[in-house]
Amino acid sequence: MEQAFDLTIIWAGLIGFGLMMYVLMDGFDLGQGILFPFAPNEKARDTMMNSVAPIWDGNETWLVLGGAGLLAAFPLVYSVFLPALYIGVFLLLAGLIFRGIAFEFRFKANKSKHLWSWSFAVGSTVASFAQGAVVGAYIQGFETEGFVYSGGALDWLTPFTVITGLGLVAGYALLGSTWLILKTEGELQEWAYKITPRLLGALLAVFLIVSIYTPFIDPSVKTRWFDNISIIWILPALVAYCAFVVIRSVQKKQEGMPFVATMGIFLFSYLGLIASKWPYIVPPKFTIWDAASAYNSQLFLLLGFLFVIPIILGYTSWTYWVFRGKVKEGGYH
Amino acid sequence: MELDPLMLSRMQFAFVVCFHAIFPVFTIGLASTIAGFEALHFKTGNPVWLTLSKFWIQVFAVVFGIGVVSGIVMSFQFGTNWSNFSYATANFLGPVLSYEVLTAFFLEASFLGVLLFGRDKVPQGVHLFAAIMVATGTFISSFWILAANSLMQTPDGLELINGMYVVRSWTDALFTASFGYRFMHMGLASFLTAALVVAGVSAWFILQKRELEANRKALSVALWFLLILAPAQTLVGDYHGLNTLKYQPTKVAAMEGNWETSKGVPLLLFAIPDQENQTNHFEIAIPKLASLILTHDWDGELPGLKEVAVEEQPPVFAVFWAFRIMVGLGLLMIVFGVWGLVLRLGGRYYQTPLFLNGLRLMSISPFIAVLAGWVVTEMGRAPWLIYGQMTHAQGLTPSLTGGMALFTLIGYIVVYSLVFSAGIYYLLKVFRGGLEKANAPHEMDEIERPMRPFSAAHAAIDEEV
Repeated sequence: MEQAFDLTIIWAGLIGFGLMMYVLMDGFDLGQGILFPFAPNEKARDTMMNSVAPIWDGNETWLVLGGAGLLAAFPLVYSVFLPALYIGVFLLLAGLIFRGIAFEFRFKANKSKHLWSWSFAVGSTVASFAQGAVVGAYIQGFETEGFVYSGGALDWLTPFTVITGLGLVAGYALLGSTWLILKTEGELQEWAYKITPRLLGALLAVFLIVSIYTPFIDPSVKTRWFDNISIIWILPALVAYCAFVVIRSVQKKQEGMPFVATMGIFLFSYLGLIASKWPYIVPPKFTIWDAASAYNSQLFLLLGFLFVIPIILGYTSWTYWVFRGKVKEGGYH
Repeated sequence: MELDPLMLSRMQFAFVVCFHAIFPVFTIGLASTIAGFEALHFKTGNPVWLTLSKFWIQVFAVVFGIGVVSGIVMSFQFGTNWSNFSYATANFLGPVLSYEVLTAFFLEASFLGVLLFGRDKVPQGVHLFAAIMVATGTFISSFWILAANSLMQTPDGLELINGMYVVRSWTDALFTASFGYRFMHMGLASFLTAALVVAGVSAWFILQKRELEANRKALSVALWFLLILAPAQTLVGDYHGLNTLKYQPTKVAAMEGNWETSKGVPLLLFAIPDQENQTNHFEIAIPKLASLILTHDWDGELPGLKEVAVEEQPPVFAVFWAFRIMVGLGLLMIVFGVWGLVLRLGGRYYQTPLFLNGLRLMSISPFIAVLAGWVVTEMGRAPWLIYGQMTHAQGLTPSLTGGMALFTLIGYIVVYSLVFSAGIYYLLKVFRGGLEKANAPHEMDEIERPMRPFSAAHAAIDEEV
């Protein structure tokens, strides 16, 4: 078939966009679960859950869409990552199921409410940790023979991936706390202001470890960053700037800026990760073109994506618009 | 004992897929039922249909919610446990499964919200339209899933290049030889499931003397559907069987417990298939009937299991008995359909306790029949994952160990038992609440909370403190 465009690049962009959307959007609602046990009181917990209840499942849409899209556009990623992360994937799914069901039942529960609170907290934390470990495993790379994963069951679980796992837990908690600054008032907001700098500190510490460690395990990353001082150095600079903005805006008690700047931290570190690894999608051997599916399959699905993604984006914006403003006791009004 | 990752992965897949399958098979039929109730209300203005629709929408919401969650696990299992299969078929399965996801999200983003929460916010005609679109959408969803499964049964339109199938013709690959029969068979199964559940639940309400007028109407409609659909399903099933005979003769041989290729094959009513000795014990048979059904000729020749090597035979005992359970329950459904008609002619269909109690029990029969049917078609394909081309063993994830597979098998059983028993427990609460609770004005504090499917139901999951 005549290949008018390099669809693989388009798909890399689509999947990359979907993944970023997922991390930013599900990040702050997973964060509510991570912060749940530490919340000042039960009323605060109700408000936290209410603040994300109408939107959380729309946020998770991006994960499922990304997963299905991967199988269709980059099957090698799907068939190497999932076996390599076998146990981690199970933990991720179990975590998401437990927290998802907690959203449904905590509001309907009376005596069993605390059980659903724990289900929400543990599920969210486990799912976030598993996602962070996936990022770490991606940086480490995968042992393959031919097009097949050939490593062991727990190769993904190393001190490094534990650190990236904890890092993402801290990062999602930070997204969660800055979201609370934006969406709540009074005691809960005060608490969120208080914990935000600490969470930021934890996240930056993990970034530092990852940034020092990555060039050592992957020489091509070292070459890319240190042989020529190039334009990509603007990315870590922007991360640092965003971190500075978070701190300053928290001190000034601004409400929107901490959340926006935290999203900036995520965006620029995500771009930094891509800048390090591009075009490798199954490191250390396979690029996005090695991992791509057939041209006509990519094209067949692209039509559907281009039709549905604008609708999902529209629906998402509409939901956020409907539930704009501060969340009060007992939900949005 | 050495842990076999292949056997454990098959068990895990069977467990998760069986658990998942019972939800969509119900929601597909129920979505159409609700659209029907809405249409009747729109046309007649009779509030009874509205009462019914409001109740069944709540049931739909909960079942849909559970189905979506359990479906997510399915989409990851292909990669975790069957990575070779996923990789080889990704050019086809990837887009097809993605389209299913897109369909579901498109529905959820557009029409489901209007159906569940928009009754007082949009004109009645728009609400009806949303109901029809949700019903249509569930069928489009099942189209993609059944196309994927049919390709594994009767592969077509693909070419294997360097260990990966490339789609040569999307129409051939989507509409394979068995697809039409499978789609009809599952579509009817969904309608039958909805009819039998509505009949069973309505019968239960009638026995309790609750909302008699509405429940009688629901029972009446359900019984008409049962009367027509149950025989129609037998007919479609027969054609599906003929199609299977043509493309997967070994599966039919297992269904019939027929070891030797021979003419005038009897229909076995009872037998204990013995795979080790390649024979049956304790046969009770009707002479020549299997040949007549499958070839439309008393002396027609049917292929036996011994046509293929023992390693290429499916597990005969399971396929043989699952087929009998499915057909037996199908016949029982016909009996209830006809019984209902006889009682109706005497005007007694809603006041015969024996019949009503029978219907209560029958409400679980379609689920068992559907699972049995899937056991027939899936285990009957064994040892093939893609019929004639890739075996289960070849499709398995190479790096998977028995220990890993056992860990997740137990894990999924635990997670599903905990989480979904809560879901089913809640569903039963919604049933107990009945039409009365579904139509009662509920507390307003819930209204602006999560606009999730479950939110359409208003029961509490446990007792008040």
